[in-house]
Amino acid sequence: MTETLSGAQITIRLLERQGIRTVAGIPGGAILPIYDALGQSTVIHHVLARHEQGAGFMAQGMARTTGRPAVCLASSGPGATNLLTAIADARLDSIPLVAITGQVPQAMIGTDAFQEVDTYGLSIPITKHNFLVTSAEELLEVIPRAFRIAASGRPGPVLVDIPKDVQMQALEIADWPEPGIAETAPTADPALIAEAAALINAAQRPILYLGGGVVHSGASALAVELAEKAGLPTVMTLMALGAMPVNHPLSLGMLGMHGARYTNLALDECDLLIAVGARFDDRATGKVAAFCPQAKIIHIDIDPAELDKIKTAHVGIGADVGEALGQLLPAVFENSRKIWVDRNHALKAEFPLAMPDADNPRSHFGLIRTVAACLDDQATVTTDVGQHQMWVAQAYPLRRPRQWLTSGGLGTMGFGVPAAIGAALAEPQRTVVCFSGDGSILMNIQELVTAAEENANIKIILMNNATLGLVHQQQTLFYGERLFASQFKGMPDFVKVAEGFGIAALDLDRQADPAAALAEALARPGPCLIHAGIDAEQKVYPMVPPGAANRDMIGA
Amino acid sequence: MNTTTRHEQQALTRAILEIDVHNHPGVMSHIVGLFARRAYNVEGILCLPVGDGSVSRIWLLVNEDRRLAQMIKQVDKLEDVTAIRRHEADHAVFQDLESFFRP
Repeated sequence: MTETLSGAQITIRLLERQGIRTVAGIPGGAILPIYDALGQSTVIHHVLARHEQGAGFMAQGMARTTGRPAVCLASSGPGATNLLTAIADARLDSIPLVAITGQVPQAMIGTDAFQEVDTYGLSIPITKHNFLVTSAEELLEVIPRAFRIAASGRPGPVLVDIPKDVQMQALEIADWPEPGIAETAPTADPALIAEAAALINAAQRPILYLGGGVVHSGASALAVELAEKAGLPTVMTLMALGAMPVNHPLSLGMLGMHGARYTNLALDECDLLIAVGARFDDRATGKVAAFCPQAKIIHIDIDPAELDKIKTAHVGIGADVGEALGQLLPAVFENSRKIWVDRNHALKAEFPLAMPDADNPRSHFGLIRTVAACLDDQATVTTDVGQHQMWVAQAYPLRRPRQWLTSGGLGTMGFGVPAAIGAALAEPQRTVVCFSGDGSILMNIQELVTAAEENANIKIILMNNATLGLVHQQQTLFYGERLFASQFKGMPDFVKVAEGFGIAALDLDRQADPAAALAEALARPGPCLIHAGIDAEQKVYPMVPPGAANRDMIGA
Repeated sequence: MNTTTRHEQQALTRAILEIDVHNHPGVMSHIVGLFARRAYNVEGILCLPVGDGSVSRIWLLVNEDRRLAQMIKQVDKLEDVTAIRRHEADHAVFQDLESFFRP
């Protein structure tokens, strides 16, 4: 049976066939045909964001929690440019996203038409791939392909720019293409696996270094199994937190700029570094020449361009990390590696992560620990970017892959609230906690009304020190205490702001029993903002000064 | 500096990349963008369709640089690139064109 459909209807049908059930976006002139078709869909729920960047981060929240590509929509011109930050963020953290933008009609492209911008050109360096669709027929190939590219190999964002005339073009359709799914990932070369296993078996002081790729690959359980079998103390990047439960006896927690001293000191002593789905980011390695100076390196990554990019690997394996770990496991010897594991425990005891005041819910660490104590591992945690993000990374007992959603590579303030909304929409059974700061939250504060509208089960913990905390910290430590443009003079009444947007709010500072008030607020369904003042003089410690080696940390 | 020495110099410091691509708008932009954003100059570009025109071949003349291996991997990752091959600077493709590029 054939049917005649418009390009817009075809687009929506293809999204339905992909299994997409929730999209976030904002309509505008050049994408109205698609919105008209979307309005007729009985299976796709549209979440109306209040800024396109919010829509982009909501889609990211969905993609990060489920691991499947999620969709955001925007119109041409400012709609598209507003999306760019969320797309760039997805690129750096390898998040599968399909962004669909409206474009002016093809006949008007290049004429400086109203709300015309070169979305294709702008998105080249921040997408995994992008398309400018030139006919309705092309949509049948491009939309499934966009999903396939987003999900295959190292995931990433794909942008599809659809001119308005293409959306309105009618096409007779007899057959629908298969939905786009991830291609089978490359498998590891058995000879290289054997070399890697030999290195592991011969090593005295190996460390397993897990990156976000372990989470993307769904390989967390395998990674933990490898660590246990071969007696491998394990560090995680910011993106990998949750891959190994932080309370696991082999866990050394997060490495790098704000990792614990014992973590970075252990890396300094290791003789073999097994990097799995990690990319030797500068915040993780510090001064690269001084990173794991005695270590041979095994590097497993699905993206061959990551091998030898920063550090030359002795054994470089381009493969899906789950598949590679599956091959590696039977080839490594069982070894408790007692001397080395004991040495790590000694380092942990001698150079622990200082968490002062962790029992006091009015302190930054205490607040985070109290929130965690109210929740179980089923909760999802998002953050914004800044001091609060690093404190949560240090102090929250993350124990589940995909429990932790944070903007790692791009470090985008404004990520937390819309990402939390997306996570809550994708997994409504979970409580989603968003830790934010007074700087970050204002960058996408408008999405509070979206949270109210969707009754998203998000709890925003707003840690307010009336400063741009990390800037304040760097100016204090490295710019002669010349504080400039880092302290806010005006401060909104965030409780009133939240209530004004239609969500419940609570000022923890005014509660006689903050722990009890917090527990009650977290247990109540629906969106809620919990405001807590914190001390602006607190620093994120320890810290590797920019450009320094990880062993040269400063602070507690 | 005599001519021979200049050619020898070039042979040491230049590389030629041969890239098979799909032939549609934007492909060149993807490739040269990878170089431009790293402030890595492309010295010469040649591109023509191959066969029925659905694919093209791009020849790039670039300076040898420690980033070149990474550049080749990045180009190879592009969706519209089907193959990339590296040649030495003595490859003939650009040499026959010198008469078109006299000052």
